This record gives sequence, structure tokens and C-alpha cells, in this order.
Amino acid sequence: MNHNFELPGSYKKWTWGLIIAGVLAVLYGFIMFHPFEHGAHGTNLNSTRFWAVLLQNSVYWLLTVNAAMFFICVTTMAMGGWQVAMRRVPEAISSVVPILGLITFVILMAIVWGGRTDIYHWLDKDVVANDKILSGKAGFLNPMFFTIWSAISVLLWWLLGRKMRSLSLETDKNGQMDYETGKRWIWKNTVWASLFTVFFGLSVASTVPWLWLMSIDPHWYSTMYSWYTFASTFVSGLSLIALFVIYLKNRGQLEYVTEEHLHDVGKFMFAFSVFWTYLWFSQYMLIWYSNQPEETKYFIERIGTADKAGPYRGLFFFNLIVNFVCPLLILMKRSTKRSWTMMTFTAVLIIFGHWIDFYQMVMPGTLGEHAEMMPFEFGVASLFIGIIMWGVGNYLSKHSLLAKYHPFLKESMIHHT
Amino acid sequence: MAGGIKKFVVGSFEDEKVLFPAVKNVRRAGYKIHDVYTPFPIHGLDHAMGIRETSLHTAGFIYAITGTTTALTCMSWIFTKDWPLNIGGKPHFALPAWIPITFELTVLFSAVGMVLTFCYLCQLSPFVKKHHFSPRATDDHFVMAIECTEKTNDAELQNFLQNAGAKEINVQVAETGWWLGRYDRDQKLYREEKGY
Repeated sequence: MNHNFELPGSYKKWTWGLIIAGVLAVLYGFIMFHPFEHGAHGTNLNSTRFWAVLLQNSVYWLLTVNAAMFFICVTTMAMGGWQVAMRRVPEAISSVVPILGLITFVILMAIVWGGRTDIYHWLDKDVVANDKILSGKAGFLNPMFFTIWSAISVLLWWLLGRKMRSLSLETDKNGQMDYETGKRWIWKNTVWASLFTVFFGLSVASTVPWLWLMSIDPHWYSTMYSWYTFASTFVSGLSLIALFVIYLKNRGQLEYVTEEHLHDVGKFMFAFSVFWTYLWFSQYMLIWYSNQPEETKYFIERIGTADKAGPYRGLFFFNLIVNFVCPLLILMKRSTKRSWTMMTFTAVLIIFGHWIDFYQMVMPGTLGEHAEMMPFEFGVASLFIGIIMWGVGNYLSKHSLLAKYHPFLKESMIHHT
Repeated sequence: MAGGIKKFVVGSFEDEKVLFPAVKNVRRAGYKIHDVYTPFPIHGLDHAMGIRETSLHTAGFIYAITGTTTALTCMSWIFTKDWPLNIGGKPHFALPAWIPITFELTVLFSAVGMVLTFCYLCQLSPFVKKHHFSPRATDDHFVMAIECTEKTNDAELQNFLQNAGAKEINVQVAETGWWLGRYDRDQKLYREEKGY
């Protein structure tokens, strides 16, 4: 069978449609929201909205596509063989990391060096000098460290990911491996995968969410926050993998991918939805229980108090329903995890749900009561979806869809759960 | 004693590669497979034998929601009606604080319930006896027991198993269900009762 995939016209049409809609939305924001007008917190809402929406979307989609590389690395380190038949799909998704990484970096730099104190109010030197807590954190929360660490993170995700992808692609050229070569190749793959994973732990699972998202509310902190962000993006990354696998299968590609593989991806989505809830709850309950004003502030901004409902109350609980209750009940049954239709539905639901999750992470600290969910917000999201589709399509049409000389391919072909 | 005393033609296979087509052929020929006993779990054998999917997980789900309901009703009754306590000024109906216990009871109910249901389905329990068609089913033989109905011709069936690759074939009369008692005495009783 031919493992080369030619992008169908409809795919290209959707890709460019989404990108054009997104570019129009950003242009609209650029002209109407005066993004370069400065203002203190809450005085120039439109310009705050422009940057907050870009921040939410760029960070969410970047971490989501990066999670695909994390998926490859953990399954490689666990000597997993079942995913080999569809391995090129997460590879293709992770190939978007440099593009989205660059966009995110530019946006972050514009916020930090543009002195957007309405997004990160630790950027205001006078405020920090008179604030005991913020000056205590100044060694970490300062523009220089922010810039350097963000640059290192994006660069290493890109470089280590590229190494993993090139290791996979070189097997296509080198042909069938004998036992010894295969063993050496697996070992090399494992070493690079563990390097990526270690750096992933130092960035996505700790520092990067602190810097990019938690510092929106710089007085507040939570030790669960990075894990929570990681779980959120990992589960949406898995859903993205599922969507592309289903799409390709629908086009008659990926002949060795069966319901068995879909079932395992479904188990991953189920497990990490529950894991996300576990972290959500751990963060919420500890703060609720100890009831200290500086900690509960974060949730009061979202849910409100017993007397007065906060503006995000509906969204806050919607987040829990769409990201926990729905995946739990839908994916619990074996037959739904093996159904291409139900998996498509759940994957879309999860990606949308975690986009909402990021929305309620970013907006309360920046826009407060004035956040909106209008065509502009969805337009920016469609720009990023379009870019992901463009990058993934590009990678898939250039390379063989099957890593046919991967030593574990047979394990994947005969895989059943 | 449960079940009933029946006659079986028992074939022992040495290789699972022979066993699979044998199971298929025996079923196609219309014989009734009572069960296949193997030294280790074999993937796909249940499908080959045409056994329906287990409902154990449905039972597990029901146990789990029973656990959830038990925990929530119990705690809400205790903390709001029976013995309201002021704990750190929290509301009496303190749902977040109850979630861990609710979760634990959900897991406990489903785990214990499923283990017991599994034992029941497999007829496993202390003091319960089941007939062994061949002791080597726990060692190196794959043992297929075929139930003889009124229409079954023993000799023909034995021949059939021979051709299907069985290494040892014999005819046994045995209790199909489980019972409490002793093998040796009970086995003798069957033989006397049936006149074999």
C-alpha cells in the first residue's frame, strides 16, 4: 500500500479558510482595539483584551502541540510498541512547535517589553518596589529572566523535538534494521526521548506555566498549577492526535491502525481527563479548606462569594462538566472508545473544554468582569487551529505515513487490547 | 450439588496453535463445548469459543454508584441533620471536603463488589469443589471438554477430536456445577449412579 498522503482539496480549503478568518480577526483587533495604547490595569480594556486573548490562545495551542512530542517520548521510554503504526501523526503535530513557539515568543515579548502591566502587573517597577511579596519574587518574575527562560524553553522543545523526528525519519531511508542496529537505534531514541522528557518536566510541568500564566496573578501561587496546566494540555494534545488519526483513517490511510489503537488513545484521554480533575480538585480543595484570604482570592475572582456570584461562575463549573463529567461518562464504556464517531465527538469536546479552561485561567486576572467571548476570541483560536492544520498537513504530505522500518512495527500491527 | 451429572468427551491438546482451529472445527461441526481449560489465559480464546462479553464492568459501575450514593447520603445526613458540627466555620453541607471520602467509597464498593462477583462468576470460593477434567490443565495441556447430548455419537466425536489434533481423549461423567464435598467419594458416587 502507498503510505504517501496527498492533501485533499477540502483540507487545504479548511486550512486557509481558518487562517484567513483568524488573520482577519487579528487585523480587526489590531485596528479596533489599539493594542499599543498603554494603560494601567482596567483602564484600557480593549487593548488588554487583544493581548489577553492572544496570550491565552498562543500558550494553549503551543503547549497542546508540544504535548504530542511528550506523548512520543513517554511511549518511547516505556518501550511502547502499540503507537508505532500511528507514530507519524504525533510527529506531524509536534512539527508545528517551532512555528507556534515563535508566535508565542513574539507575543510574550510584546507583552513583557511593551510594558503591559495590565497583563503582568509585576512589570511595573514602582509597584514591585513597594510590594513586599512582589519584590520577594522579583528574582524570578523579571523581564530578563522571563525572556531568557522562555527563549530557552521554546528553543529546546524545538531542537529536541526535531532530533526525535529526524531519528524517526532516518529509518525510512536506512531500510530494514537487523537486530543489533535496531537495538542501537532504540537506545538512541530512548536517550533523546528522556532528554526531552527531563526538559519537559523542567519547563511545562514547572517553570513555564508559572511564568506565562500564574504570574498574571502574581500575589497568588499554587504548587498544583503547573501540573494542572500540563494535564490540561496533555489531554488536549491526545485529543488532537486522536482527531488526526481518525481523519487519516477516514481518508483510507493508516492501514495498520485499527479500533485497538483508537481504544488505547481513548484510554489515555479518559485517564488524563481524570488526572486533570484530580489536580483541579486538589488545588481547589486545599485552598477552600485552609481558607486564607490571599489564596482564596483566586477563586473568588472566578466563582464569587456566597453573597455575590462572580462573572466566571458559569464558565468555572462548565469547565468541570465538559472536562470531567463528559469524558468520564462518555469514555467509560469500552464501545465508545472503539467508536470512531464518539471518539471524534469527545476529542472535539475536550479540546474546546480545555480552551475554555485556559480562558478562565487568563481572563479573570487581566480583564476581570469585562471579558468577552465574541467572534474575535473564536477568530484568534481559528487562526491557531489553521496554522496547526497547515503544519500537520505539510509534514504528513512530505513524509511516509508509516514508520515502516521501526523495529516495533510488528508489535503495533498485531496489537490488541 | 448444583448443576447436573453429564457425560463429556474430553480432549487434551499440547499446543495452542492446534487448539484454536480445533475449537473452530468442533463448533462448526455442531458439538457443544462445555469449556476449555488452559494453563494460562489465552488471548482471543473467548471469541473463538463464542462466549459473550462479560458484564462484570457493568456490575462494577453499579457498585461504584452505590458507593457514591452511600457516601454522600451518609455524610450529608450526619453533618446536616444528625450531628451538625462547626468545623472551621465551614458550611455544614461541605461538599468539597466530602469528595475524597466519596471517591474512596466509590472505589472500595466497586473493587470489593467486583472481586466478589468475579469469584461468584468463576465459582471460586473456599470449600467449593469443581470437577477437574484433567490435572494437566494446570500444567501443560489445553483441555477441551465437550458435552454429550442425546444426539452425540461418542465414538464419532472421539474420532473427530483425534483428527483435530488432540493428544489424549477420554470420556468422563461429571458434575457440571460446583459442590461442597470430597472428589474421591463423589466421583465414585457418579459412577455408581450412572452405572459406568
